[in-house]
Amino acid sequence: MSTFDFSTKLGDAWFPTPLFTASGCASSGKELAQFFDLKSIGAVVTKSIMMKPRFGRPTPRMAETPSGMLNSIGLQGPGIDAFLGEDVPWLLNQGARIIVSIAGETADEFSTLARRLRGVSGISAIEVNISCPNVENRGLVFACDPDSASSVINSVRMMIGGDIPIIAKLSPDVTNIAQIATSVVNAGADAVALINTLLGMVINLETMKPHLGGKTGGLSGPAIRPVAVRAIYQVKQALPKVPILGMGGVASGRDALEMILAGANGVSVGTASFGNPSAVFDIQEELRKLLIEKGFQSLTDAVGYAHREGA
Amino acid sequence: MSPINKSANQVTATVISNKRIGVYHQILLEIGDAVRLAKPGNFIAISVGGNYSKMVLRRAFAISRISDRGEYRAIELIVAPHGSGSSWLCNQQAGIELDVVVPLGTSFKVPTEPVSALLVGGGYGSAPLFGLAEVLRDRGCRVNMLLGASTAAKIYAPLEGKRSVNSLKIYTEDGSGGEIGRVTEPIPQIIEEQQIKVIYSCGPMPMLAAISKIAKELDVAHQCAVEESMACGIGICMTCVLPIQDKTGEIKLLRSCIDGPVIDGETVVWESVGKAL
Repeated sequence: MSTFDFSTKLGDAWFPTPLFTASGCASSGKELAQFFDLKSIGAVVTKSIMMKPRFGRPTPRMAETPSGMLNSIGLQGPGIDAFLGEDVPWLLNQGARIIVSIAGETADEFSTLARRLRGVSGISAIEVNISCPNVENRGLVFACDPDSASSVINSVRMMIGGDIPIIAKLSPDVTNIAQIATSVVNAGADAVALINTLLGMVINLETMKPHLGGKTGGLSGPAIRPVAVRAIYQVKQALPKVPILGMGGVASGRDALEMILAGANGVSVGTASFGNPSAVFDIQEELRKLLIEKGFQSLTDAVGYAHREGA
Repeated sequence: MSPINKSANQVTATVISNKRIGVYHQILLEIGDAVRLAKPGNFIAISVGGNYSKMVLRRAFAISRISDRGEYRAIELIVAPHGSGSSWLCNQQAGIELDVVVPLGTSFKVPTEPVSALLVGGGYGSAPLFGLAEVLRDRGCRVNMLLGASTAAKIYAPLEGKRSVNSLKIYTEDGSGGEIGRVTEPIPQIIEEQQIKVIYSCGPMPMLAAISKIAKELDVAHQCAVEESMACGIGICMTCVLPIQDKTGEIKLLRSCIDGPVIDGETVVWESVGKAL
């Protein structure tokens, strides 16, 4: 029997494994429960919830690209009331750990969402999505500006108090991601999630117009993995003590290990679940095996290993 | 457990045969016990391109016919080699193993009484209607079928499929086969003459919208199988949404992979498909 310790922490939140769903790629868990036991992974990171029900963007919402895809959903969702009334109790009933992702159009909306979540028991952490690219006004991508980013995180931190860890989800579409990470950590984020999708576009050669209903979309999948690994490495270097939830194109255990070595304490699987419904579980078991094969005694020993002296 | 995807199995399927029929490929897949859960209208999501493919998304195909008898526990797919994924699939020969998730989505509801039914297919949208026709015939229903396409080569009407229908009419827009015109044109007359109680349809969105309008005006039930582009087929990507109006008048964007592909045509807000709400 192996004594290997696979557990991880994001702030004060403890998880038995470092594999998570990625926000917006697992709905609220019900759809994937047929394919693996939700409590067997680190946590379910829910789709980003807003105050009100929201339609999102018109179809077409999807375009496959080489080793990736563009999506243009625009945060379609049921709103916080339906989410707290139906989705959270269902997940808790499954024994799943939950990271609730929230999104707002203003710092106030984030703060109100945080107030609604404050008294809900069973939530391991809150992911603050300040980096969704599929919004009408690029100025609303808070994560593109250090001041906007920190004002949102500050308002959530003030409302939530010290009990629930806050994870700020950042965009790679910035000049200096370590600077943005520093500003959200100073504003009270316990951890950062790296990376959201990259802004992209596909032109349809039949219509000779942008293919997506929302014109632009977020690029995800293995095509963006090196960007994610770079972002994780840079932030780990700048902020060695801040936990990182890594994501972006992870499709196998070796991909997850790359992110761990670059500095991620946990790894989210998103687009890979579209191609393989049991991807989160499969990647988790591949990663566990790889870490043991490489001789690590624990996941924690491998986190940031690519930064060691002489590496 | 969740009620969503409760019949879905991720299994290894084996290609039994792959035959070219006109512009389409008829592909038979052995899927094992999962065949018992499959119903006409359901679809299958297939991983394409092999292990080192740049295609990261599954491809969804309607199940044409289901066979739980005889040598194989198999489903039949009718595939048009349109894009990179479907072309890859059409090149897979007997013996090849595929990673599939099956069955997915809603199925056609079959009437309890032996009524007269009209099945309308556009292009290879006719494929799932032949499996449905077999089930309807077993229930004693009269099966009238209308098939249409832009040109005769795009009509899918196999000989064995024709045996399970009472009447079959073909329409092509260029007149290269059957009657000239659109498949929707004769529907009102057929409804009246054949005392049609239910219409089943599958094909392009404008055709489904036109049939929904006729069905509503003449007060006939209409179940249509929609085709929306999907990234996952299991309800997590939110790309295949359609505007659906419930009885209270409220419009919701529902996923055609989970709440469809078979949907009550009257509930779809066709004029809002592809528009911002």
